[in-house]
Amino acid sequence: MPQDDTSHTSAVTPSKAPFWYDPKIRAVFFQVGVLAMVGLLGYYLVTNTLDNLERQDIATGFGFLEKQSSFEIGESLISYSAADTYLRALLVGALNTLLVSFIGIILTIILGTFIGIARLSTNWLLSKMAAIYIEFFQDIPILLQLFFWYAFFYVSLPQPKQAINLFKGIYLCNRGLIFGIPAAHPAYKYMALAFLLGCLAVYLTRRWARKRQDETGRIFPVFKAALGILIGLPVLTWWAAGAPTAMNLPVLRGFNFQGGITVSPEFTAVLLGLVLYTAAFVAEVVRAGIQSVSKGQTEAAASIGLKPGQILNLVILPQALRVIIPPLTSQMLNLTKNSSLAVAIGYPEFVSVAGTTINQTGQAIEGVALIMTIYLIFSLTTSAFMNWYNKKMKLVER
Amino acid sequence: MTKERLQTSSVDAIKPPRTNIGVVGWLRANLFSTWYNSLLTLVTLYVLWKIIPPFIRWAFIDSLWTSTGEACQAVDGACWSIIPANIRFIMFGFYPYTQQWRPAIAVVALVALLVYSQFRPNWKKRLIYIWLAGLVGMGVLMRGGIFGLTPVESTKWGGLPLTLLLAVFGLTAAYPLGIVLALGRQSRMPAVKSLCVVYIELIRGVPLISLLFMSSVVFPLFLPEGVTVNKILRAQVAIILFTAAYIAEVVRGGLQGMPKGQYEAAESLGLNYYQTMRLIILPQALKIVIPPSVSILISAFKDTSLVVIIALYDLLKTTQSVLGDPRWMAYSAEAYVFLALVYFICCFYMSNFSRKLEHQLDTGR
Repeated sequence: MPQDDTSHTSAVTPSKAPFWYDPKIRAVFFQVGVLAMVGLLGYYLVTNTLDNLERQDIATGFGFLEKQSSFEIGESLISYSAADTYLRALLVGALNTLLVSFIGIILTIILGTFIGIARLSTNWLLSKMAAIYIEFFQDIPILLQLFFWYAFFYVSLPQPKQAINLFKGIYLCNRGLIFGIPAAHPAYKYMALAFLLGCLAVYLTRRWARKRQDETGRIFPVFKAALGILIGLPVLTWWAAGAPTAMNLPVLRGFNFQGGITVSPEFTAVLLGLVLYTAAFVAEVVRAGIQSVSKGQTEAAASIGLKPGQILNLVILPQALRVIIPPLTSQMLNLTKNSSLAVAIGYPEFVSVAGTTINQTGQAIEGVALIMTIYLIFSLTTSAFMNWYNKKMKLVER
Repeated sequence: MTKERLQTSSVDAIKPPRTNIGVVGWLRANLFSTWYNSLLTLVTLYVLWKIIPPFIRWAFIDSLWTSTGEACQAVDGACWSIIPANIRFIMFGFYPYTQQWRPAIAVVALVALLVYSQFRPNWKKRLIYIWLAGLVGMGVLMRGGIFGLTPVESTKWGGLPLTLLLAVFGLTAAYPLGIVLALGRQSRMPAVKSLCVVYIELIRGVPLISLLFMSSVVFPLFLPEGVTVNKILRAQVAIILFTAAYIAEVVRGGLQGMPKGQYEAAESLGLNYYQTMRLIILPQALKIVIPPSVSILISAFKDTSLVVIIALYDLLKTTQSVLGDPRWMAYSAEAYVFLALVYFICCFYMSNFSRKLEHQLDTGR
């Protein structure tokens, strides 16, 4: 404290201030007081809870995780049956949350970017449409949107027999969205391998191109080459493996479709609701990011002879992304948290499974603690990423 | 005379070509400036043409507005009749039918208060007292028991009044808590700071629904034997605790926006911490954060719909129970569209207000 130093040197004040005016001692007292109050409140709640648990004969601890769950889950990424443990049921729920969030995040970024750019378009009609979309979808509660899409799938769409045929092999009915996929063939495995190899090749090419540019100043068209490698390599493999074109198309048998992939109405409704809602917010983030780069930057870049592609890559994007990424991550986190609302329309994500577990075991505290822990893990991972990103961006900054 | 005519004719002569002004010019500049823009315009128009006429036919031309559910089955269009037939239940839930004028007055009073508070000349100390009186009055009106009003259990409250009360009470009560948390987070005392940081990050890291779950299943366990708190109040507490963490972050933004000189000037005047905050920092910081606070009010208003999950009868839940009636089951789209419109109008009004306010306050500094 600077005041202490001055009072020390100017020893003109003979009467020393009483100790309760010392900010350090006050701070200690205050903090002890606050901690004691919080501690007492915690003690009060914990003792009450323990009393209540004992009186109502509710078990404590996480032992129930090992017990048989004895409830079915509608959709699951891993094999699961009612004979499995609660732990596995919760794992199924967590995976479902991750699945819907992951696909949702990818689609949201794509849609949100398009709408954000459309909002800035010089085309009056497109810009106004984007503005209406953003305002409309932001102002309606996400839960209402989920209910709407769910009702749309269950009430408005026809039975499988009268399914709407959108394109060849894609059907929409009250059993969800059903579409054909290529029939299983070893060629697809090789294609995936070729794609991974392509990624490695692109990485190496990029390094080489940078090095060469630093040394000789000649520019290698990395983007075009990368696109060529990433698309060309799998296509070549596909062609070399005999070019299989057989499709596993859904066929109507009896009351339902067989073959293809069925996406349940719950999943589709959750995905649609989350994506349309969050995309409106992402669009605003993207718009603000692009607008944050002043026009002079583009003009300056053009005047030193950069091509439009280079202007975007080297000047606009690095600056816009610095503004876009932090709010974008928080929107992604919001999407993940909002996916918990899927419990209201019966999509078996983590909160839904945990809710069933609470109902069956009566161990509400453990159940809610599990829900909170899972979401905290998501949030803390995201904020760790954000800190890393901000640090990296700071280093780039002059 | 001739000179003047000459002048006017020369002015006429340099008028821009007709294709650059007026409607044609506007169209060319804004819709058909390049081949690419023209294509975009045509595609957008095509999409709109595919969507809007069928929607208008469904919503207005082929629709029924005042009929029974059975009559609706005969038509292709929307069955808006679901709204007038059930409006009292959607708006007021299980509130006794003959007493529903009371929540109606409460809602009107609340909306009037909100509208009154949006004008900046009214932002005086008096406004706080008006609000307090208004909220107490609304509580009395809803609850009854005195002045010859029949008492109505809060378990019967529902619909729009519940939605509004949860949002407005939630924000009003969360604001002081949020300010305290924000100050705590800025504090130099490690214990206070870490408590506040943990609270804020914990709450912001979990979805509201987990707190609502907690309020409905865990909270009763926290209380000593024999003490019960009704469900609406528990949900309200969850919403307050949740909103406070977000307000804390907004207020922290305002506090960090204060130049350091303000703190130093206050210190050099000999003001202590409370005086500095109350007289110098908070009045300025809170002014900066008014627009983001309105955004929080908007999300709090939207988030109240989540109480559906713990089976409170807010606007969304009352609508859903109407849809549970077999006569109206098939008309969920109409009911949800109506509800979306209600939420949209409220939120749009608030966000417009926030934007206008941001503009006004920006020039003030």
